[in-house]
Amino acid sequence: MDIQHTTLLVIGGGPGGYITAIRAAQLGIATTLIEGEQLGGTCLNIGCIPSKALILAAEAYHQAHHFMGDSTLGIHVEGARIDIAQTVRWKDGIVARLTGGVGALLKKHGVKVVKGWATIVDGKTVDVARDPADPQPVRIQGEHMVLATGSVELGLPGMPFGGSVISSTQALSPERIPGKLVVVGGGYIGLELGLVYRKLGADVSLVEAQNHILPLYDEELTKPVAASLRKLGVQVHLGSTVQGLNAAGDAVRVQDSTGRESELAADQVLVAIGRVPRTHGWGLEKLMLAMQGRALKVDDQCRTSMRNVWAIGDLTGEPMLAHRAMAQGEMVAEIISGKRRHFAPAAIAAVCFTDPEIVVAGQSPADAAKAGLDCITAQFPFAANGRAMTLEASDGFVRVVARRDNHRIVGWQAVGVAVSELGTAFSHSLEMGATLEDVAGTIHAHPTLGEAVQEAALRALGHALHI
Amino acid sequence: MGIHIIKMPDIGEGIAEVELVAWHVKVGDVVAEDQILADVMTDKATVEIPSSVAGKVLALGGTVGQVMAVGSEVIRIEVEGAGNLKENTAPALVDTTQAATKVVANTEDHKTVAATHAAPSAVASGSGVVPTRPASATVAARPGQTNTALVRAPGDKPIASPAVRRQAWDLGVELQFVPGTGTAGRITHEDLQAYVARAAQAQPAGSVDQRYAQRLDEQTVPVIGLRRKIAQKMQEAKRRIPHYTYVEEVDMTELEALRAQLNAQHGKERGRLTVLPFLARAIVLAVRAHPEVNARYDDEAAVETRFGAVHLGIATQTQGGLMVPVIRHAETLDLWACAAEVLRLAEAARSGKATRDELSGSTITITSLGALGGIVTTPVINHPEVAIVGINRLVERPMVRNGVVVVRQMMNLSSSFDHRVVDGMNAAQFVQRIRGYLECPATLFVE
Repeated sequence: MDIQHTTLLVIGGGPGGYITAIRAAQLGIATTLIEGEQLGGTCLNIGCIPSKALILAAEAYHQAHHFMGDSTLGIHVEGARIDIAQTVRWKDGIVARLTGGVGALLKKHGVKVVKGWATIVDGKTVDVARDPADPQPVRIQGEHMVLATGSVELGLPGMPFGGSVISSTQALSPERIPGKLVVVGGGYIGLELGLVYRKLGADVSLVEAQNHILPLYDEELTKPVAASLRKLGVQVHLGSTVQGLNAAGDAVRVQDSTGRESELAADQVLVAIGRVPRTHGWGLEKLMLAMQGRALKVDDQCRTSMRNVWAIGDLTGEPMLAHRAMAQGEMVAEIISGKRRHFAPAAIAAVCFTDPEIVVAGQSPADAAKAGLDCITAQFPFAANGRAMTLEASDGFVRVVARRDNHRIVGWQAVGVAVSELGTAFSHSLEMGATLEDVAGTIHAHPTLGEAVQEAALRALGHALHI
Repeated sequence: MGIHIIKMPDIGEGIAEVELVAWHVKVGDVVAEDQILADVMTDKATVEIPSSVAGKVLALGGTVGQVMAVGSEVIRIEVEGAGNLKENTAPALVDTTQAATKVVANTEDHKTVAATHAAPSAVASGSGVVPTRPASATVAARPGQTNTALVRAPGDKPIASPAVRRQAWDLGVELQFVPGTGTAGRITHEDLQAYVARAAQAQPAGSVDQRYAQRLDEQTVPVIGLRRKIAQKMQEAKRRIPHYTYVEEVDMTELEALRAQLNAQHGKERGRLTVLPFLARAIVLAVRAHPEVNARYDDEAAVETRFGAVHLGIATQTQGGLMVPVIRHAETLDLWACAAEVLRLAEAARSGKATRDELSGSTITITSLGALGGIVTTPVINHPEVAIVGINRLVERPMVRNGVVVVRQMMNLSSSFDHRVVDGMNAAQFVQRIRGYLECPATLFVE
């Protein structure tokens, strides 16, 4: 068998994999990247990007509908309609531009991209099946191997994907909007897509096993989202578990916390209960690497338990975020090139593109208390922010958590329209080790939502100006 | 009056527990701020724990010799004002009287440990433990002194911007040890530079002597091109092949006499002969009886291919690294033809003019370091071949022959075999056969 040799072998062309490859190539490392589908991974193809595109379309359509009634803005629209096929084509266009862009970047940097599914042979070698019809795979050998195979959608044991039971991937390319949609899972994926479908006209019911939506965030943060769900008419069933489809297959059997069973009529069921590391189906088990739960165990340099085998991104578990994978990939490429690096971020911001949006970075008040920190917490509501009012978005707030002794900021949270962009400022202040005084003493442009960041810091210091 | 608790500081480098080696105070003592309370030891260094407050010692958190977790209570001190013990916190972990008696009981140990650790604690500064006070003050007050107190509360991470973190990694500095003078203890670029400068200063006396100067420089040498190929080949050989190495000494006296004779007679017109052509001929003859060593083994296909031809690889040192030019059909060459071919190939390899053909296809390999040959080597087989014969240094050695000590010219042969396809017995017989030819050189020519 003919063996191709390279220095760095990257398995997976998602955000983690392609960034690893680009950075490695910049550092003069001969790099081969293997991807079985489109470049860009979950994020660009079936995750972050297409969902954001659909969120925009749904919101615009929803606004137009809103303007068909009485509008405080004095705008009146007649007969707003949506051509969902065109919406999906538009979304696909954005995805194609981005994945094409990734391909061009890789090419520009001289990364060799091999299209096909990799199967591990040993810690330095993979076989790549380029074409299912061609039984002879290509064998590629690298001195280093970066595993970046990402994650897969978790299905419900009693209700496998297929027919009317769809995954988030399918939900991102709808042929038509179902009359009744049941969303299983009240995490950010279920909520983002549930809201999209609701705004596009579906009757949406949401089933969540825990007692509140977005179980990873505190209730104060999720309250405005819950209110918005109510206002939009999304039925939320908390503390309820899904038992499966009914016999006719047109309803979901749900059991609430008291054990009472009921049926929710459903033309489609979106199962969005989470994602799990993709550890099966590509020979990973041959390497017998140390695991941590369902994820590959890595140290603070993303080394696995085998020398020169590295793992990054969703494969290494939570938080499954593209920006984490990219930062890990960049670091691994630099370590391979001989630099000393560690993965030691002060914070990794996380965003829910719900309506309104939630963004968090660093420690929440509860996290800080658990860590034994004596902290000050302060909130500044968007109701007191001029820009929020002009956006018709005065729900929500910015919250800061800082140490009482030296005022160093340890966490930020915000909920409100378009607050995702505040994540930049949050991460920046945490990475720089900023104190409340640093942020309070920085002039923030007026009129912007960012002023609420400064005001939250001022409020923590006891002298907020606009409240 | 309040109670102030001092906890076991985080010494960094992932150390989770330390051994308490000495108490410098006892219950009831009045301590001043910065007074050393105790010594603790990690596997790397002894570290002093200073008091961050002034007051009276109420309780000791452990006994000498006890291994204590980072973050556990070291001592309770009664202080003016509020202290840091919250009302609802659980009471002290160690019974005061008990702790006190134990300390007394351990006084002797305490003394010896204190005495022995005095020296190491001075050296420990290099590994860098940090003062409680802002660095600027400390540096000014005691320049170059060993700082064996700590700057951060237990569990506190060092705070530094991403750029400072990166620079620290580049410098190989653990930020845990660097005092931060910025707001809220932030470590600035200046703090890092000051720390590095201080670490350089704080070297033991005598280090000013340039001959013994500490060096922190390092070079990254990319392993590329021929070097990388060599690395891969060697790795491949050692990973795949279970090497079996056999060393035998050969009496070269007769052969050396013949070689001198031939060189005297024909050296001018035919060129001088080294030992190599003789060994080449000996191998050519020996493999006839041992075809299993003149072979290539494809372990994936599980096929060993034995060759009639002897394509003899000659391991050759070049500017770029090790290369193995190949004497094709060594069985067809006489001594001088072989010598000429060796010369030609070595020259081609060294000047980079060797063709692919001249560098591949060998069936067995000879390796020699000439005068640097040493006594014994453990040659690495030129994968996928199955044998390599190494020549060691030729020296005059006293040998016993018929009960008399005589001076003989002796040379060792160190040969490695792929033990998957060559048994120890066959390997030994093969080497003995070569030895036979070399010790009685006439047999090289009379068959």
